[in-house]
Amino acid sequence: LLRRLRQENPLKQGQITPTELCQKCLSLIKKTKFLNAYITVSEEVALKQAEESEKRYKNGQSLGDLDGIPVAVKDNFSTSGIETTCASNMLKGYIPPYNATVVQKLLDQGALLMGKTNLDEFAMGSGSTDGVFGPVKNPWSYSKQYREKRKQNPHSKNEDSDWLITGGSSGGSAAAVSAFTCYAALGSDTGGSTRNPAAHCGLVGFKPSYGLVSRHGLIPLVNSMDVPGILTRCVDDAAIVLGALAGPDPKDSTTVHDPINKPFMLPSLADVSKLCIGIPKEYLVPELSSEVRSLWSKAADLFESEGAKVLEVSLPHTSYSIVCYHVLCTSEVASNMARFDGLQYGHRCDIDVSTEAMYAATRREGFNDVVRGRILSGNFFLLKENYENYFVKAQKVRRLIANDFVNAFNSGVDVLLTPTTLSEAVPYLEFIKEDNRTRSAQDDIFTQAVNMAGLPAVSIPVALSNQGLPIGLQFIGRAFCDQQLLTVAKWFEKQVQFPVIQLQELMDDCSAVLENEKLASVSLKQ
Amino acid sequence: MAAPMLRWVGRGRLWTFARVDGGSCHRRGAPTGSTSNRIRGQSSVAQQPLYTTQKPRKGEHKWAAVVGLEIHAQISSNSKLFSGSQVRFSAPPNSLVSFFDASLPGTLPVLNRRCVEAAVMTGLALNCHINKKSLFDRKHYFYADLPAGYQITQQRLPIAVNGSLTYGVCAGKKQSQVIPKTVRIKQIQLEQDSGKSLHDDLRSQTLIDLNRAEGQLRVDANISVHHPGEPLGVRTEVKNLNSIRFLAKAIDYEIQRQIDELENGGEILNETRSFHHQLGCTMSMRDKEGKQDYRFMPEPNLPPLVLYDATSLPAGADPQQVINIDQIRETLPELPRVTRERLVQQYGMLLEHSFTLLNEVGLLEFFQNVIKETRAEPKKVTSWVLNTFLGYLKQQNLAVSESPVTPSALAELLDLLDSRTISSAAAKQVFEELWKGEGKTPGQIVSEKQLELMEDRGSLEQLCHSVMEAHPQVVMDLKEGNPRAINKLIGLVRKATQSRADPAMIKEILEKKLSS
Repeated sequence: LLRRLRQENPLKQGQITPTELCQKCLSLIKKTKFLNAYITVSEEVALKQAEESEKRYKNGQSLGDLDGIPVAVKDNFSTSGIETTCASNMLKGYIPPYNATVVQKLLDQGALLMGKTNLDEFAMGSGSTDGVFGPVKNPWSYSKQYREKRKQNPHSKNEDSDWLITGGSSGGSAAAVSAFTCYAALGSDTGGSTRNPAAHCGLVGFKPSYGLVSRHGLIPLVNSMDVPGILTRCVDDAAIVLGALAGPDPKDSTTVHDPINKPFMLPSLADVSKLCIGIPKEYLVPELSSEVRSLWSKAADLFESEGAKVLEVSLPHTSYSIVCYHVLCTSEVASNMARFDGLQYGHRCDIDVSTEAMYAATRREGFNDVVRGRILSGNFFLLKENYENYFVKAQKVRRLIANDFVNAFNSGVDVLLTPTTLSEAVPYLEFIKEDNRTRSAQDDIFTQAVNMAGLPAVSIPVALSNQGLPIGLQFIGRAFCDQQLLTVAKWFEKQVQFPVIQLQELMDDCSAVLENEKLASVSLKQ
Repeated sequence: MAAPMLRWVGRGRLWTFARVDGGSCHRRGAPTGSTSNRIRGQSSVAQQPLYTTQKPRKGEHKWAAVVGLEIHAQISSNSKLFSGSQVRFSAPPNSLVSFFDASLPGTLPVLNRRCVEAAVMTGLALNCHINKKSLFDRKHYFYADLPAGYQITQQRLPIAVNGSLTYGVCAGKKQSQVIPKTVRIKQIQLEQDSGKSLHDDLRSQTLIDLNRAEGQLRVDANISVHHPGEPLGVRTEVKNLNSIRFLAKAIDYEIQRQIDELENGGEILNETRSFHHQLGCTMSMRDKEGKQDYRFMPEPNLPPLVLYDATSLPAGADPQQVINIDQIRETLPELPRVTRERLVQQYGMLLEHSFTLLNEVGLLEFFQNVIKETRAEPKKVTSWVLNTFLGYLKQQNLAVSESPVTPSALAELLDLLDSRTISSAAAKQVFEELWKGEGKTPGQIVSEKQLELMEDRGSLEQLCHSVMEAHPQVVMDLKEGNPRAINKLIGLVRKATQSRADPAMIKEILEKKLSS
C-alpha cells in the first residue's frame, strides 16, 4: 500500500486526508478489539499527529512516504509518554520518558502512532499467547477463505473457540497489520518473532541485518540477536519502512557506520537468470508439513524455471542451533532481567522486611513462569562452574552456525530459500497443549539460526493451505545485503500473487472495510 | 602505587589491579611493635625480601605475606563512562542521571572516548602492555545502588596489562634513606561506577544517589601469608579502604592476625573483611552467605574496543573514530621516575630529595622556577627549598600554592646570599620577613634591617676588640686552654653585628687578636 500511496498517493492527491485515514484505522481497531492486537491504543496521539500531517500536506510540505500513514509498534519499544509494558506485570504502568530510536524515526517521517501491540511477555514465546493481557487472535480465523474451508469440513466444531494463534512473539503487530488497523508495524525479531507471525498472518515479515537498525529503546530479550522487525502487507512497504529506520545510531554502539544505499528503492527484477538460490538440505525436517514442503519445492521450481540457478546447500550445524540458542538466549535473559527489581520503575511488591525479600517477591509477582524459567536456566549456565561447559560452548557453536552461512554464500549462493514455519497457524487450544519452551524450540527451527548469524531474512506469504490459511517462505540474504534480499523477495511476491485476506464477514460495516481495502490491499496481482 | 591515580577524579572508574607479592616477613615469638616496617616490606618487589626488622631465630618458621591491591580511581572526565551525563563534584543527588544511568529498559551503553584515552595514558604511564583489543563484561549482583543488576567492567581482556611502577621506600635510622622499589601491575580495566547508598538507620531506609560515588580512591586489599617455598595461603579481602594510611594499617593488622591465627592452630577463611578505623582492626563482613558468583558474561551491547598505533592505523581513518596509542604516548608528560632521574643527574641531588620534590604538589615547579631565576648553586637551592621553605609550609600546614613566598623572592634572597651580600643567618631572617607576606622584596628587607654583611674589616676588628674587653672572663677561659670558649666570643660578636658578619672572618680576627 505504501508503494501505491507513493505512486498514486491519495493523501497527496487529497482523496483522503490523514485524519480521515487515521479515523478509519481507529474505527477498525475498535471493531477488531476482540483480536487483542493492541495493548494500548494511542488515539489522541494519533489524531494529533494526523492533524499535523494534514497541515503539512495542505502546505505541500509532506515529510515523505510515511507522512500521515498509520503504524503500530510492538509494546516492547519505548514510547515517550505512552505506557510500555512488554505484556508483563513487571512493567504495568511504566511510562518511558523517551522514544526508541526506531519510533522516533517513524514519527520524524510523519507516521501516525496508532498504539502499542500485544506480545508474549518480554517477547518470550512463539504464539503471542503468553502475555499478561491474554492471547492475540489471528484475523485469518475470521476470514472468508478460512471459514469457507471449515464449512466443508464435517469435523469442525464450535467456531468461536477454534480461533487460531498469530504466531509470535510479535503477534499483535501482525494481527494489527493483517486486520487493516495500520499499514506497517514494528515487531522485534530475536529468534523469528517477526517472521513467524508474518507467515501465520499472511504478511511480509522482515528481519534486517543485525547492526543496520538501532536497538536503542527496544527492551531487550537477547541483545546480541535482537533486531527491530518490520511487518507490512507487501515487500515495497517493508523497504520504505526500512529506509526510514536504517542507519547508524550514536546511542547504539552495535549499529554499523558503513553507508548503505538510502532510500531503499527496490528495482523490479525482470530477470532472475543471474541469481543463485540455495536450498539448505538440513531444513527438510520430518516435522515439516507436506503442504509447506510442497510449496517450498514449488518455489524452488519457480526460480529454476525462470532461469535462476537453484542449488542444494548444506548448513551442517543446523541441528545444534536450537539448543545453542537456548543457552545463549536464557543467559542474556537472566542478565537483562536483573534490572527489574522493583526499586526504580514498574511493579513493586508490598513486602518491605528487607531489600532482598522485596526483590524476590517483586520478581515472583512481576514475571510469568516462562520468564522466570528462562532466568533460572540462564543463571545456571552463567555460574562459574558451568560457564565453560555451556555458555562458551554455545558461543563456539554459534560461530560454527554463522560460518555455515558464510560458506554457503561463498559457494556462490545469493539468497537461501527455506520454510518460515513447520505448518500454518494452529488453533489456540491446540497450541497450548505444549508448553512455551517446547513450542519455541519447534517454531523457531527455521528462523533462529539467522539471528545467531546476524543475517537479513524475510518471510513472504506464498499461498493458502488446504485449510485456507497463509503459508510463508523465508529468504535469507548475506549480511547487509538487505536490499538485494528484498529485491528477490519482491520478484517472488509478484510471481505468487498471494490473496488478500477477506474480512468482510468480520466487520459489521463492510463499506468501511471495502473503502479501506482500496487503500489497504496489496493488490500486486492487478 | 596509588599516588598517580589519586589525581584522577571524575566519573567512570579505572581499576588497577596491582599485584604486590610480598617480601618475606620474619617473625619470632610474640608480636612486637615494629610491624609497620614489615608491612612496608609487603608493598615491595616480588620474591625478594626487602628488609626485615628482626632476624628469625634458628628453627623458627619464616612467614611471607602476599598482598594484592585492587585500586579504584575515578577518571577525570566531563561525562560518565557510558553515558553523556555530566560529572560534577558535589552536585545535588540524582541531578546528573541519564536514562542509561538509571538503567531504564532499552537504554544502551556508549563508551566515552575521553575515558579510553585516560586509561591508555595510565597504562602507558604504568609501563603496561596496551591491548589493541579489549572486551567488556557484565558482573552480576543485586544491590540497591546497582540499578541494572550488573556492572559493566573488563574482566577477561582488559585495556592494559603487565605493567610496573617504581616507587621509593623510606629506610634507615631516620627513615631518610629512600630505596627504589618496583611493583607489578597486573591489569588496568575500565569499569562503570555503582551508585552511592545513603543508609538512614533511624527510618531504616536507604537512599540511592545515581550521580555515582564522588571523586574518591578506594582500595581493596587481598592478603595471605605462607611459608616461603610452600603454596600460597588462603586469602582474605579487606574492602573499601579509602586512605593510604588506613590501607597500610589494615594490611599490617591483617598479616599479623593471619600469622597469629595460623600459629595458634586456626585457619584462615576466604572471606571479605572490613577495616574498623577507630579500633584499627579488620572484621569479617559476613554479608555474603556462601561464595558470591558474579556470573560474568560478555557485554553484548559494546563491540570489542579496538585501539590503533602508527603501524595498524587504517589509511584514511577518521581521527574522531579511532584512538591512536602512539598519539597518546606523545602527549604523555614526563613521568615521575624520569623526572627524579633527571633531577639527580642535572643537579646532583640525592635520590630522596628528588622524591620529596615530587611528592609535594607544586614543589617541583617552585624549585625549578627558583633555579631559573637564581645564580645560586642547585645544591643550595635544593637545601633551601626542601629544608627552609618546605619546613615553613609543613609547620603551618600550607600547600605550595598557598605560600606567601614566591619563587622569585626566594631566588633573589639566594642571589644575595650567593653574592655574599648577606650571611646565611641574615638570609634566614630575611626569609622570615618574607614569610610575613608584606610584599617587600628581599633587597628592601636587607636594606631596611641593615642586614648587609659587614665587609669592612676595620669596623669588625673594632667590634671584636670591644667584645673582648667587655667579656674578660671568657677571654681568660680561652687563654686557660678552653678552646671552645672562642665560640662564645664569636656568638657575642655576631650578635653585636646583628648576624651581618661572616663568622669565619670573626673567628679569624678573634684568633689573631688572642694570639697577639
